[in-house]
Amino acid sequence: MFSKAVPRHNQAISFDAFKNFLFVLPAVGIFSIFYIYPFFDLFNLSLHQWQGIGPKTFVGLQNFQELWGDKVWWSSMGHAGYITLIALTFQNALAFALAVACDREIRMKRFYTLIFFIPPVLSEVIVGILWNWILNAGTQNGQPIGLFNHLLVQVGLPNLVHNWLSDPASALTCIAVVHAWKGFGWGFIMLLAGLQTIDRQLYEVAKVDGAGSWTTFWNVTVPMMVPVIMVVVILTILGSMQVFVLILSLVNQGLVYHTEVPVTRILSSMSVTNQFGYACAQAVVFGIILVVVSFALKSLSNRMKQA
Amino acid sequence: MFFNKHKIENFFKSALIHVFLMIVVVSCLFPIFWMVRSSLMSNATIFVDPSLIPQELHWSNYVVAWTKGNFAVYFLNSMIYTISVVMGIVVVSSLAAFAFSRLKFPGRDFLFYIFVAAMMIPLPGSFVPIFVLMNKLHLVNTRLGYILCMINVGLCLSILLLKTFFDKMPSDLEDSARMDGCNRIQIWWHVALPLAAPALAVIVIYNSLNVWNEYILATLLLSDNNLMPLQRGLMVFNGAYQVDYPVLMAGLTMTAVPIIAIYFLMQKHIVKGLSSGTIGGLYDPA
Amino acid sequence: MKRLGAWLCCALLVVITCGCAQPKKAVNEIELWHWMTDRQDALEALARKYEQETGIRVKLSLFAPSDSYIQKIIAAAQANVLPDIYGILDKKTIFASFIKAGLVADLTSAFEADGNAWGKRFFVKAVDNNRFAVGNMDGVKPGIYGVPLDVSTVQMIYNRNLLKKAGIATVPATFEEFLAAVKALKRVGIVPFVTGFGETWIVDCFASNYAFNIMGEAKVMATFRGEVPYTDPDWMAVFTVFQTLAKKGAFIEGIVTKGNKYAEQDFALERAAFSFDGSWGVNIYKSMNPVLDYGVAPLPALKAANPMRVWGGAGSSLVVNALSPNKDKAVAFLQWITDTPQQAYLSEQTNNLPSNREASVGISPILGDFAKAMEQSTHPRVWILNEDPIVVEAFDKGIQSIIIGEKTPAQVAVEVQKIKLRQMGKVKRP
Repeated sequence: MFSKAVPRHNQAISFDAFKNFLFVLPAVGIFSIFYIYPFFDLFNLSLHQWQGIGPKTFVGLQNFQELWGDKVWWSSMGHAGYITLIALTFQNALAFALAVACDREIRMKRFYTLIFFIPPVLSEVIVGILWNWILNAGTQNGQPIGLFNHLLVQVGLPNLVHNWLSDPASALTCIAVVHAWKGFGWGFIMLLAGLQTIDRQLYEVAKVDGAGSWTTFWNVTVPMMVPVIMVVVILTILGSMQVFVLILSLVNQGLVYHTEVPVTRILSSMSVTNQFGYACAQAVVFGIILVVVSFALKSLSNRMKQA
Repeated sequence: MFFNKHKIENFFKSALIHVFLMIVVVSCLFPIFWMVRSSLMSNATIFVDPSLIPQELHWSNYVVAWTKGNFAVYFLNSMIYTISVVMGIVVVSSLAAFAFSRLKFPGRDFLFYIFVAAMMIPLPGSFVPIFVLMNKLHLVNTRLGYILCMINVGLCLSILLLKTFFDKMPSDLEDSARMDGCNRIQIWWHVALPLAAPALAVIVIYNSLNVWNEYILATLLLSDNNLMPLQRGLMVFNGAYQVDYPVLMAGLTMTAVPIIAIYFLMQKHIVKGLSSGTIGGLYDPA
Repeated sequence: MKRLGAWLCCALLVVITCGCAQPKKAVNEIELWHWMTDRQDALEALARKYEQETGIRVKLSLFAPSDSYIQKIIAAAQANVLPDIYGILDKKTIFASFIKAGLVADLTSAFEADGNAWGKRFFVKAVDNNRFAVGNMDGVKPGIYGVPLDVSTVQMIYNRNLLKKAGIATVPATFEEFLAAVKALKRVGIVPFVTGFGETWIVDCFASNYAFNIMGEAKVMATFRGEVPYTDPDWMAVFTVFQTLAKKGAFIEGIVTKGNKYAEQDFALERAAFSFDGSWGVNIYKSMNPVLDYGVAPLPALKAANPMRVWGGAGSSLVVNALSPNKDKAVAFLQWITDTPQQAYLSEQTNNLPSNREASVGISPILGDFAKAMEQSTHPRVWILNEDPIVVEAFDKGIQSIIIGEKTPAQVAVEVQKIKLRQMGKVKRP
């Protein structure tokens, strides 16, 4: 009797699990065709030498060996890290501050939330042309052409006038700031969406308990927001590490190697120096580093939640 | 006169907040203003005329952009792509995220991590295998092929975002729905989706923007002029050698309008007033 | 609302599936994929005319930007679905790989038939761009593989008004004269020189002009073969050109990150007296500043021994798909479109230099000046061999760092030579 019942029970569970699996089936299907298959193709290519056309030569791990000693590649990783760091601190702090401000009962809330999302909606073309003009270092008839330098002269700080994008000391920071400006709207709406799902009664309870707004923020808002903040952090890392269109539009093929990031290196390996295999090796290494970083963050946040 | 100290404090506090917000607003509005202003100038005056509002307004730039950019066809195409890709992503990713968050099956967590990891790894050379595969499936130069490809592009991120929101969903709601005789699909539809409305709104915006501005995959997969999306029209003005700035700006202004409209529509799901605190009482304060 | 959603779904499904049925290709139709956004309208007009005359429809598909076009061509080559006519926008070694993969038809016999009737029409250099010479390093069967649609040259241009303001009467022809002009311009507060050094190919082009002038073509090629090091005094002189110009303040602020489009904008708006640009710029200056008064000259020479060469040749070329069943029709169309009336029309509509010499009679004077340099032009695509692209990258980036004063010519020369030796040590690609 028992021996018969157990398998039936198992069968029921496995059928149940199968029905549950059906939920992810469409996602897995599309994903396998458009991601997994190209991924293995890419991995395979990273073991080859290939120009993009013509025959492929198997070279084993040679591309990876070469990458290990490629100083430009590792410095490009550092540059992306710097841009990401600014995005994580400056951009997300701004996004969070704005989201908290708009989560309150203030006037023109709708207006603000609409406007703050304009930079992400803007086409890269506009951002490129506009910031090229703002940061233009040139002069005509003794007057600065760029808006920023122009303003510096107007407010009486002409000695701060600077060659913003062509100086290794400032180029990367300029790129990072423009990137943060373009991206804070994303963090803003996601954080706002998260804030909106926090139960208002919690705030009331805190108020009755006599907590000040600052205490409420730290003891109610922030803990409730940890999962959303984690997602925003991961997406910020993802978006900032992979930034490149902005870089192309601000400094073209780059200020020597000072503005290179992994994605511009990959693109240059692909189209400038025609090393497809090497580009794929770069992509694999880059991806692995990103995965490790984000999973480390995830486990960190899990530990934080438990603490 | 008697002033309430609390009131004054509040007034200054909110004034301070508004000043802060207004500074950010100006930095966001400036590009839009600049874009519209530039779209009304001519190529000869666009970089020389310093006046805020140009004396001569070239409204014809919009007509030129619309006709020369073949916008009538491309607009419709982009609409089709955007709507179908976004609908596809919402359904596929919310089903998957619901399962990852709420249902059990072997390999669940592993599969979820694969999706998250995939988001991180760029595939620079993937255009070759994708094109070869699509060609074998006879999906090159078809709407369906492009739509499937684009669904994949936004899939991982949407799953991650939605799962985060489903995880926050209180389980007693799900339990009571089950008591009422709802099956999994019904719980997904009647409980999970409405609760994740803000996240869904974010996903809709994110993916609409993605599809609306996409041209690399479209160039790769589509050949027929009648299937091309809007960005293809803009490329005509933003050529390798010559850029027709005013007409380009007019085109960009027109393409920005629908996206801002979508955001405007979705915004109400993100920003709710106090009154709509429907989830009230569901969270366990502990 | 829900019903509306359902209807929308149905409507979309219908539209999507309708798009699935691939139309069968007509017999009298040839397909052409191109990337030239500025020439799309003129090409469409010509295609319509061709259909009226011959009944053969030419289906034009434009793919832009050119990076996406290149990807599309590479992917289509892998899947064997290239159109009848297309263009290869890449280095000559990649062109060679396409030929070796059997994707490009050999047009030599078509060019040389009837006493070179077709070939005679073109500027010699434009055809040479598409020719693989006997004994070429890529191992391609010698012959002509592409049809030049138009040509371009890259030269120095100068703003007459600004030169007059600085009291410069003659256009500097030597490097000394140029430095004197820089000084005179700086005195009156005019920026001397702008170009798009943010795009490495312009750095390369500028440097290569001076390399040819300083050491002659033979020695440049010897360097590519590895027989002359980059630390050679002649190469040092090339690097020093950039250092001198940067030190004398000849360059506009931010030149190393400037894209060529922005450089053209600066020149059009009279923000600099000299520029270094291709003949396509004519069109841009005309639209941005119709009254701009400017002229064309080669870069000022550093040494008298070797002439100053100019980069030029086929601006855009088209090839015929060797696997296409419509090969003959494709060739016939290309012959028609490179005939004088069509070339004159294209040139007039797009302000490009026609590849057909006879059609260049009626072009504007300024374009004529650009065209004059065609005969003495040179280009990496006509050289017997090209430098390894990885060395070229190090070379161009090194020059950028000289311009911003980060490195000296000697340092850059040593670094480039190091990379050159490393690349030569590697196993040669098949």
